[in-house]
Amino acid sequence: MLSEQDRRLLKLLEQDCRLTPQELSIQTGLSVEHIATRIHEWEKEKVIVQYRPLINWDRTGDEKVSALIDVKVLPQRGFGFDKIARRLQKFAEIKAVYLISGGYDLSLLIEGRTMQEVALFVAEKLAPLEHVQSTATHFVLRRYKQDGVELTGGDETPQRLMVSP
Amino acid sequence: MRHYLNPTVANLPPSGIRKFFDLVATMEGIISLGVGEPDFVTPWTVRESGIFSLEQGQTMYTSNSGLLELRQELTRYLAKTQGLMYNPETEILVTVGASEAVDLAMRALLSPGDIVLVPDPSYVSYGPCATLAGAGVRYVPTRADQDFRLRVEDLERVYSPEAKLLVLSYPNNPTGAIMTREDLLPIARFAAEHDLLILSDEIYSDLTYQGTHTAFAALPGMRDRTLHLSGFSKSYAMTGWRIGYAAGHADLIQAMTRIHQYTILCAPITAQVAAIEALRAAEQAKREMVETYDHRRRLMVHGLREMGLSCFEPLGAFYVFPDITATGLSEEDFAEQLLHEEKVAVVPGTAFGPSGKGHVRCSYAYSTEQLEEALERISRFVKGRL
Ligand SMILES: Cc1ncc(COP(=O)(O)O)c(C=O)c1O
Repeated sequence: MLSEQDRRLLKLLEQDCRLTPQELSIQTGLSVEHIATRIHEWEKEKVIVQYRPLINWDRTGDEKVSALIDVKVLPQRGFGFDKIARRLQKFAEIKAVYLISGGYDLSLLIEGRTMQEVALFVAEKLAPLEHVQSTATHFVLRRYKQDGVELTGGDETPQRLMVSP
Repeated sequence: MRHYLNPTVANLPPSGIRKFFDLVATMEGIISLGVGEPDFVTPWTVRESGIFSLEQGQTMYTSNSGLLELRQELTRYLAKTQGLMYNPETEILVTVGASEAVDLAMRALLSPGDIVLVPDPSYVSYGPCATLAGAGVRYVPTRADQDFRLRVEDLERVYSPEAKLLVLSYPNNPTGAIMTREDLLPIARFAAEHDLLILSDEIYSDLTYQGTHTAFAALPGMRDRTLHLSGFSKSYAMTGWRIGYAAGHADLIQAMTRIHQYTILCAPITAQVAAIEALRAAEQAKREMVETYDHRRRLMVHGLREMGLSCFEPLGAFYVFPDITATGLSEEDFAEQLLHEEKVAVVPGTAFGPSGKGHVRCSYAYSTEQLEEALERISRFVKGRL
């Protein structure tokens, strides 16, 4: 079980991974050494997998297309869905692979430069794979919120009084 | 016109906050640590339920005491979080902020000749409301070296037999002081001995950063002696909705309801509906806000101590109350010069009573970036003066 202290540390880092052990120590009251050790352990255990910014590519003007793809697959004896999922996750174009419940088995997030490129990938790489029975492609038209962060409609800058009791 | 005014009102001193507010209003590029309200916007689920209620056409008066559903949720919340048992039908009144409840309580209880004991420093409205109710006010000084807790020794020094009501306001605005169960027990004994009623404004109770908050009414024998006041402004970031409540003895609640019925009629229904949602669904959102305040609190105390100011550790609300006497400035001069030189607004401690002397109130209901910038500016200001 994750301790309350550890959960707090991870949440602070999740919000801003640039926070140094010194800064985290000030905000949590835990010692710098303890925090540094914990972070090191988490890195080794792959609890902390990577440090990276959340980039809103839509604002860069750089063309980029993503699609969510539902995939129906035949589970393989002895491996279930793992074998095909492991195979899919190797493709650089595929950014996320989830096993899901419901009408489909796997859900993929695919990124490409153009719709054409994504469509081709599905037609040429994904659909013909052994055990893949069918796919349904949903192109992403607009990103409103990602990883818990609202990317559009920053409406919440309300005016507070400068001084109040 | 002035000579027509009720002399009690005409002579009421303007709030010390007001003077400072007017000064800040004339300036630009200010980082303000002067605000007594959350920087968070009300959690979306709460806002959404308010919006939905409007769409549904819930635009009518409610019963004077407030929606029964809200009073039931409140009694559940008070029982679960603080062990307080109230009857939602007769012992709870929903008010327009805790502010209204303070006024109602004073008017329902006090007559000329009565005296109200008010801890000093504390939130600005207790004294004036008592004055408006015709009663006298005695301030009970609290001190930094006692972590601004109220002690029986301090009470004894100002007590007189006309004292009828003692105000408690912990976690405290402006100091951030809290009172633990051990701190409160002697006060309870004192109240019982002197037959004092207690008005306990516990609006910051959820913003307690060490141990758990003890409600005064939960202490042995104190339930019927205590009027428990609280509201949604601070813990659910709902200041603008204007919604609070009082819980206490049915006779007192009934008397307060009588005034409320003639002067307010009822708290706004949209805010009442939203408050129900807050109690039902915003627990997690509240916890996250409290956690964030706690991180900022440490950041502020650390920053202020680092620059050489002495600052006791506040364990509640969202204020730090550093001692600025080492700079050689009075709290008023400190606040004014800091504003002019570094464009940071803090509130002089004396705006909350004479015992705020030598201190300023810094709110940490601001983002970490703003707080860091403010600390840097204050540090630059303080450096040349220590
Ligand atoms: C101690 C205290 N009580 C009451 C209030 C007013 O609360 P409400 O918004 O519920 O009227 C405040 C607001 O600053 C406060 O600090």
